[in-house]
Amino acid sequence: MLTVEGLRSRYGRIEVLHGIDLHVDSGEIVTVVGANGAGKTTLLKCLSGTQPVSGGTITFRGETLTGVPAHRRPARGLTQSPEGRQIFTNLTVEENLRLGAYLFTDDRVEKDMGDAFAMFPILREKRNLAAGGLSGGQQQMLAMARALMGRPSCLLLDEPSMGLAPIIVQQIFNVVSGLKALGVTVLLVEQNAFGALKIADRGYVMETGRITMEGAAADLIADPRIREAYLGI
Amino acid sequence: MPELLQFLFSGVTVGAVYALVALGFTIIYNASDVVNFAQGEFVMLGGMLTFVCHAAGLPLPLAALIAIAATSAIGVAMNKLAIEPARGAPVVSLIIITIGASIFIRGGAQLLFGKQIHSFPAFSGDTPLRIGGATILPQSLWVIGGAVVVFVGLWLFFTRTLTGRAVLATSNNRLAAQLVGINTGFVMTLSFALSAGIGALAGVLATPITLTSYDVGLAFALKGFAAAMLGGMGNPKGALAGGFLLGLIEALTAGYLSSQYKDAAAFVVILLVLFFMPQGLFGQKSVDRV
Repeated sequence: MLTVEGLRSRYGRIEVLHGIDLHVDSGEIVTVVGANGAGKTTLLKCLSGTQPVSGGTITFRGETLTGVPAHRRPARGLTQSPEGRQIFTNLTVEENLRLGAYLFTDDRVEKDMGDAFAMFPILREKRNLAAGGLSGGQQQMLAMARALMGRPSCLLLDEPSMGLAPIIVQQIFNVVSGLKALGVTVLLVEQNAFGALKIADRGYVMETGRITMEGAAADLIADPRIREAYLGI
Repeated sequence: MPELLQFLFSGVTVGAVYALVALGFTIIYNASDVVNFAQGEFVMLGGMLTFVCHAAGLPLPLAALIAIAATSAIGVAMNKLAIEPARGAPVVSLIIITIGASIFIRGGAQLLFGKQIHSFPAFSGDTPLRIGGATILPQSLWVIGGAVVVFVGLWLFFTRTLTGRAVLATSNNRLAAQLVGINTGFVMTLSFALSAGIGALAGVLATPITLTSYDVGLAFALKGFAAAMLGGMGNPKGALAGGFLLGLIEALTAGYLSSQYKDAAAFVVILLVLFFMPQGLFGQKSVDRV
């Protein structure tokens, strides 16, 4: 579904992605794990079109994304839930969700909003409150729900567990693993390698702008090098 | 008593003009956090271009339409040529760019249209209407009606339409707006077109009363900005209330004290409001939790 070949990107003169190859097949949950600063977020930004690419190709559902501006990518089925949540703080929870379905005006919008509230009941309670007043965990739920309102066929999730209490992290990961049943393909970028690999089908390990290991998630969890470097076991 | 009524009439008329200018500020501010100080020049262009077209023999309604459309186009051009290339610069730099644009437009108008004071006929004649011993010009009713219609239109636009909410979303978080599929470049174009069009409408409605010349824009911009700050920047309700309030304060001061103090009184009230309610009368406190 999503194929990345030789992807390079730079901030000014400093190259931070030195040729990334990865692919995500339809229906998979694929995770990219790695330490802070490895370039994981930059990779996702290249995919969503909010960071310029300096080399390589991104192909999504058979079409190249080169030259496609960020605001046109959600219409193709590729939606990012960004790092740091990036919700619309001045708007209400419900308005945030409605804007998630900005591209759509049909009846399904109402139904999708009902589904989002079923997935995260706390959002229903707070639907008329300004989103900036939500707690960190609630904001993360809103960011994910907003991205799902865009009916993605592939969801790019950037660090959904960042800064959240363990019990909330568990809840978020449960929802991510449930997306499979809804037919949403997921590319999950995480520092929390253990949590991410547990729900993923396959994983990539990223270090300083390169993919250093890849394989089935279960194999990666069992790999002694990973266990030492990322899982703290 | 008729005296008070007379002051109120003139205050509401002037206030409606300020409200229209303030509403123009609201849109661009909502889309980009930029206070566009060229807003007053849009008012000048509205009046001036209508005069030019009317003097060239076109019927007044057509002349007004052309003026509004042309001013909208100038607003869009200003965004494309001056604001967009500086995207990413701090908001203060962008505001200074708008001041530069306003000086440029004023200079251009002086070259093209000269320094004379112009006007065109009032829409519904010049016979004052008598109400309760005071008089009001029919043109004043046009101005007041214009302000109310534009307010209602904008309020519906921002609260009831998806495009209106896309404008608010763009100002709140540009990155997130792109990620949900909003074309933020188009939102900016739309905002400048709307803002400039509303400014031009203010010029078209007010010129038969206030007259126009190449340099009237600055005063409109300052008073409109003051009205917007008074009501709470970014809120159409605040722009409307701030405009009328400012007009009334000026008219009452001019009537009961001295017309020399009218500007001072208006600005003193604004200072007081901003001291004690920095968000303005209707401004919302921003809620952010990290």
